[in-house]
Formats: sequence, structure tokens, C-alpha cells
Amino acid sequence: MRVIPSILCAAITTGLVLVLNVQLPVGGTKTPRLGAFLSPQKGFWQNAEDTSIKYQLQLASDKLQGKVEVYFDDRLVPHVYASQENDAYFVQGYLHAKFRLWQMEFQTYAAAGRLSEIMGEESGGTNFVKIDKMFRRLGMVYAAERSLEQMEADSTTKSQCDAYTAGVNTYISSLSEEDYPVEYKLLDYKPELWTNLKTALFLKFMSYDLAGFEEDFEHTNARSVFTKQEFEALYPYGGALTDPIIPKGAVYYDPEDRMPIPALADSLYFLYKPAAVAAVPDTTKPAAVPDTTVKPDKANGSNNWALSGSKTLSGRPILCNDPHLGLGLPSLWYEMQISTPRYNAYGVSFPGAPAIIIGFNDQCAFGFTNSSRDVRDYYEIRFKDKSMKEYWYNGGWQRTTFRDEVIKVKGGSDRVEHIAMTVWGPVMYDASYPDPLGTGKAYACKWKAHEPSNELRTFTLLDGAKGYIDYLDALSTYKTPGQNMLFAAKSGDIAIRQQGEFPAKWRRQGDFVMPGDDSTFAWRRDIDAEENLTFFNPSRGFLSSANQYAYDTIYPYYLGGSYEVFRGMIINRYLQSMEQATVADMERMQTDNYNVFAELARPVLLNYLNESMLNADEKKYVDIVRAWNLRNDAREKGPTVFKIWWDSLAVCIYGDELAQSRKPMPWPEKVTLLEGMLQGPAYQFADDITTPDVKESVAEMVMKAYKQVVPVLKETESRQKLEWGTYLDAGVRHLLKLPALSRLHLNSGGGEGIINAMKQHHGPSWRMIVELTDRTNAYGVYPGGQQGNPGSKYYDSFVDTWNTGRYYKLQILDKETIKKYKGLSGIMTFSKS
Amino acid sequence: MKFAVATVLTALLGFTAPLFLPWWCFAVTSLVIAYTIHQKPLWAFVSGFTGLFLVWGVYAWFIDRQNGHILSQKIGPILKLGSSSLLLVIVTGLVAGLVSGMGALTGSFARK
Repeated sequence: MRVIPSILCAAITTGLVLVLNVQLPVGGTKTPRLGAFLSPQKGFWQNAEDTSIKYQLQLASDKLQGKVEVYFDDRLVPHVYASQENDAYFVQGYLHAKFRLWQMEFQTYAAAGRLSEIMGEESGGTNFVKIDKMFRRLGMVYAAERSLEQMEADSTTKSQCDAYTAGVNTYISSLSEEDYPVEYKLLDYKPELWTNLKTALFLKFMSYDLAGFEEDFEHTNARSVFTKQEFEALYPYGGALTDPIIPKGAVYYDPEDRMPIPALADSLYFLYKPAAVAAVPDTTKPAAVPDTTVKPDKANGSNNWALSGSKTLSGRPILCNDPHLGLGLPSLWYEMQISTPRYNAYGVSFPGAPAIIIGFNDQCAFGFTNSSRDVRDYYEIRFKDKSMKEYWYNGGWQRTTFRDEVIKVKGGSDRVEHIAMTVWGPVMYDASYPDPLGTGKAYACKWKAHEPSNELRTFTLLDGAKGYIDYLDALSTYKTPGQNMLFAAKSGDIAIRQQGEFPAKWRRQGDFVMPGDDSTFAWRRDIDAEENLTFFNPSRGFLSSANQYAYDTIYPYYLGGSYEVFRGMIINRYLQSMEQATVADMERMQTDNYNVFAELARPVLLNYLNESMLNADEKKYVDIVRAWNLRNDAREKGPTVFKIWWDSLAVCIYGDELAQSRKPMPWPEKVTLLEGMLQGPAYQFADDITTPDVKESVAEMVMKAYKQVVPVLKETESRQKLEWGTYLDAGVRHLLKLPALSRLHLNSGGGEGIINAMKQHHGPSWRMIVELTDRTNAYGVYPGGQQGNPGSKYYDSFVDTWNTGRYYKLQILDKETIKKYKGLSGIMTFSKS
Repeated sequence: MKFAVATVLTALLGFTAPLFLPWWCFAVTSLVIAYTIHQKPLWAFVSGFTGLFLVWGVYAWFIDRQNGHILSQKIGPILKLGSSSLLLVIVTGLVAGLVSGMGALTGSFARK
């Protein structure tokens, strides 16, 4: 034995193994455990799926009551045939897990504020502890626990969730290390068992995404900077261009019916800047404003519309829906058919929950858009002392309870969030977690999503709805997130209703943080269910919603929130003039890139611009805008120039006003600027308040904005980014934001305020068209693929079809038909053991 | 002959043992083989290296071919290796080969 060399070699070997067996920190992130990851037997190579794979399985389980057969079509869409309804949810859980396990779990980790457990404190420049804290303090887990109680109190929902969870866990339990989705191997952790609570957490995550947007602190800051008149002009309620879902004038309300404003509001709430005080720009150093909030995307919205038979070639209704959400890989959606004794339904489901969410059955079709109502408010809390054990409410000291939320951090120590619970809800902001304005005060969050609710009941009933009455029954108990629920049936009926449980608010209630000392500013009650109006078989022959106001602002309750104007406007214009419509017309419309905002705004820009003051070089870009066909198609340059110019104008017009505070303030909507400009040259905000001796005009601002953007446009052009598709640079991003697992640089058209509502990583997440002819004529596509595994050819197989505006035919097939299908990509059989 | 036997045995055990044990257990099996079938250190290293380079490399190459290089072209960039599938296959083989070769070298020195 050669002692020294053998010891040396043993040490080197051990060292090599050790280094290859841990995650190494590289450039702000961590590598996988390289040895395990590269192992062809257990590592990522095992996720490289054979391209000729056929998915076969025969599984017996004591959780099943009967037999379930699954046939996968050529796009890997499963058609599930179950002899017992709950068996279908077991199989749905199994399939969701088989094809989307990592995503399901990751999303619920996010909802539960547990990302630090798998990502560590910080990774790739994202601070996960910060995100987790936000979700914990917002009360996401609290909300999910409360909803789960309600869900499990309904024996039908409970048995559906139990079956679903059993299906997920049957799959998880069958896995060994090599079978884990590749993301587990990249991040080095293992899946844990599913629970009904995780389903509730997933649904709360959707509530966060769709009913979690508010700018209460930003508005509160703006209130101290602007007079009432200025505030109303910058952040108006309603507007001339608003075209509500229930058309103006359809329902009359007596102004006397409006929710009365509390008498104390003038002295305690509407604390605008007094008119006599002159505007002063804030020249102090920026305050240390803590960036403690993560916000859902304001553009989370959707389009849906339905035509009655009077407007279609077939004489039958057509229903269309495209929900606009973050575009991720693996996709939020999983397409499938479910056949049970009660119903045959087809559409997209949420990996993480049972039921078909958006789709159709043998009798009818259903689709959703977001209500965009503000159902999240803040109340200032006065604690007796730092212990936060007592707070002042209704003339006495009330005791708080506490939720201690423990955030586990991979490679770090646990963090505990000590959250005081009040009559309003969890105290989101306190000394340990400063609010967005850095006031140091405590604020409790009151949020509709905190209240117990059972949204799954609505979806499982809609899946089996036979007609209008069933539709009304299905949605009658639905609470949060409020949705515009569209319906069309083979009988010819079409209907839409903004459904949700909404607080009956007085004008501007909850736009600012509210005093929490007593119940004066509390939400007084919920709006009665019958006051959520249903628009049924309208004489105009169509229904639509695109996140605009549900009702005219004479509606007696305040519709606080953030609303879109232009998509609704162009949709209604198209539908109004549509005759003898076909599916092809609907496809063209759903992927339409016409920019109605630019149609209104371009003349304003061009009229105010004094072109004689531009040299030939500068004029070039004006000419591009003038010659533009107003379509945001990928190859057009007009939309890029127009957008950059308009954004610059907004800064020229409002930048000086908003600079009066260094703390966050909401930016006025582009429709507000447009409506202001349409008023005429004397728009009050055109004047630059930093030059008190000079009164600037709209024309000067348009010129200033244009001159500022010319160098930007030149630079953009030199980088070959002037064409809209390259400027927008749309893409579908992997949930870990890893470019290699994403589909980026798609060169898509579309844009904000356009039916084809593309933003860079956000847009039409599922496009569906259903013509309710005897044999349903349906089409759909989503930007992803059925397999969540990046190593599968089915991972992103729909992306190009989606990006080029094409669709797949969607069919509810009977078992005997699909059995004979040539291109099946798999067959699975599940039976009772 | 010794070389061939050692290499083949290294490959066989290096393939089989990790089916039941952690991935790095082949460092031990390669050591044991090098100890049992004694060769000069250089040759022990080469046979340890070759055995596992072949197991991991060929296995990965085979999977990659069946997969139409879909996943390797995504994982390469994540590991900062670019999108060459072949390079990732070679790196896979090299990593296993190196660990196994060092194990075998240890075994060879330990015997003599």
C-alpha cells in the first residue's frame, strides 16, 4: 500500500463527490447538485422524454368506486370517461399531477408564503423572504383555511376535493427520485403530499391575482398633494368614454338610493389639500419608502362576448372568451374533457383544483372576465402599546389574537411573522413591516378573499348546467374573485352577470386608508344578490365584457376599482355591426390588433403638433404615425412611435404634479389624459407648475414630448426595435424565469387596450370560441402545451399555433369514437382495487 | 485483458449500484474493483474513467437521441454550457469518469 498517494487520492475523490453533491452558489443563484443532476439514471436526463412516447397506464386504487378510462388525443388532451363523478376528479388530480406536479406545488408554495423554503432567501435577484412575508401578512393562509372550512362543510365539494387530492397523492406516492419533474432536480427538493388546503390555497392565489389589486396607499398620498378638484380630475370615477357591461340607461336608479357617505367623512376621510395652498414640488431627498408590497398585474383581465342566434349565420349563439393573465410555462391551464353520468364537459382546468373552469358541455358554454372591483381596503389601527395586544375600537380597548406565521428559509434561519388579528382582518402593516408610505402606523387589511367561500361549487355545477336556470343556480353562491360570468345555451339563451359578493360602498369608500377606531367607516353590508344585475337575451343581440365598469356610475354602490375602457369599446363596435357571424369572424375578432385608443388619440397629437417647427429628420417619425393603419401588428412601426410619444406626453403633462411627492402615487389612466386633451387646449394639467410665471399649453407639451422622444426613437430604430413585434418582445416565461425553459421573442402583435391584449409576458392565456350548434362547433388554444415537462415535445407545442392566431378544434367525443382514433398519444385505465 | 475486465466490471457495477444507492456510490465500486483487479495506477485510472464515462456518456447519448435533443438544448444554457447536446453528453461522461477514475486510482494505490 502506498499510503500517501492513496490517502491523497481518497481525499481528492471524496472532495470531488462532496463538491458534486452540493448546490454551488454561482452568480446570485445556486447550481443543482451537479453529480445527481447529471446522472443519466436519476438526474435530468430521466426527464428527457422519448419523442415517440405513448402514455400507458393501468392503475387500481381503493380510492376509486368504479372504472375510469382516459384516451389522449394527438395533442395530449385527455378525454376522461368515468362511471362515477368523483372518480373523474380522482383521475383529474392524477393527470394534473402527472403532467403539472411541479407547477401545482410551486403555485401553492407561492400562495402560502413558502417560496423561501425552496428558493432560499434570495435567488436570481429576487428576495423570496420578502415575497413570502407579503403573502403571510396579507392573510393568504388564513383566508385559505377559512374557505376550506366552508368547502368541506359542503359534503359534495368535500368529496370532490377528497377524490382530487387522493388522485394527486396516488401519483406523488408512485414517484421515485428519477421521476421527479426536472425543476425539483434543478432546485434540489422533493414533492410533498397534496391536501385539500392546497386546493384552497391555489384558489386564493387566483383571488389574489384577480381581486387583489388596489392603490389605497398611493391614493392616500395623492389626497394630501391634490385638492379635491384636482384629485377628481386626475382619478375620475366613470368617464365620457365608458361603455358599461349593462348599457347606460338600461336601468334607472334614483340618486337618493346611493349609499350615504358618513357625516364624519369630511373631517376624517376626505382630507384633500386645501385649495388655497400653492403647489410645491417636493425637492427634499426621497423618503426611504419601504418596498414591501408585491402587486398583481393591473392588466389581469379578459374579454368575453356572446352573440345570440339573430346575429349568427347558423342561427345559434356563439360564446367567446379569452382570459388575460401572466403567460407562463407550464401554463396555468390544462385542457381536458370530463365525462361523468351527470355531464360531458370540455375546456380548461386549473392544475390544483377539480372541475373544468372555462369551457362547455352538451347544452351550454360559459366564460369569465374579471370584475376588477376593489374589495381590499385598509383600516388604521391604534394599539394601546407595542405589544399590540389591545387596540381601540368602538369606544373601548379590544383584544387582538395573533397568528404566528413561520417562514422557513432554505439554508437560513426561520422568520416568524407575528400578525395581530383585528375585527377588520390581519394587521398587514405595523412597526415590523412598514406600509408603502412609511408612516410607521399600523393598518389592518379588510379583504373579501378573507371570507369563507366555496367557489368550486359554482364550477362543478356549471360543468353540468343544462340551461339558464342551472347557470343562475351555479353562480348564486359565488363570492370572490368577482367575475363577469357569461353564458350561452343551445336553447338560444345568452346571459351575463357580474357575480361576486361585493361590499355596498359609498362614493370613494376604500380609495384611501380608512380610520379604524370605530365602525363608522366599515363596509356596512354586502350588496344584495339581486342587485348584481343579469343581462339576459338582450334585443341588441349580443353581450360583452372586457373589464370595464359593470354598470353606469349612477349604480347606487361605488364601483371602486381599476377599469379598462378601450377593449370594451372596440368589441361592442364590432359586435354592433356584425351580421351572419361565423366562427371565422370570431377568430379574426379575438386576434384583432386594431388600436381604438390610437384612433381617438392620434388626431389629438397630430392636431396639436406644430410641424413647421420640426426639421426633416424629426418629421420622419410623425409621418410614420400619420401613415399608420392603426393596427398593432408585429411589423408596424406606427404603434411603437405612437406609444413612446404618448407615454412621454403623459410624463410632460403629469410629471410635475406627481413630483410634488416622493412617495408613491397612482399614475393617471391614459383614458384620463385622452379625455382631458379632448376637452381642448386649456387642459389644467398642461401647465408646468415648476414655472409659476409661465402658463404652458397643451400644444407646447405635445411638442416637448415629441422633441424628447426623437432621440429615443432614433436609438430604438438603430437597435432594430422600431417594429412593434420586436419592441413589445412578447414571450411565454417559465415560472422560474429561466430563459432556456421559456419561449421568448415571439414577435407578436397586439397590446394594451386592444382585443389581442398582449403585454410582454401577459396576455390571452386561453382563447376559446364555442358555437352552440346541435353538434357543438368549438375552437381553442393556449400558449403552452399539455406536458409541464420541458423535456417533452408536448411542453410548448401550442405556442406557435397560438402566436399565429390559429386554433384547434375542441370536441366532446364519445368513448367509442375516440377509441378508434388513429393518433392517440396514450390510454390509461383506472379501476377499483 | 485485465484492463478490459476491470473496465467492464467497473461499468457494470457503476451502472447497477446507483440504481439502489446514491449516485456517487460508483466511486466506491470502482475503488473496490481497482483494488481487486490490480493494475498500475495510470491504467487503473483509465479503466475507472472509461467504465463510467461510457455508462453515463452512452446512456445520456442514447436518451438524448430518443428525446430529439429537446431537453439537452435547454439544460445546456442553464449550466452555461451552450446549447450543444453533444457537449452536455460529454460533460456528463467526464464528471462520472473523473469521480470513478479517482476512486479507481485510490484503489490501485491502496493495494500496492
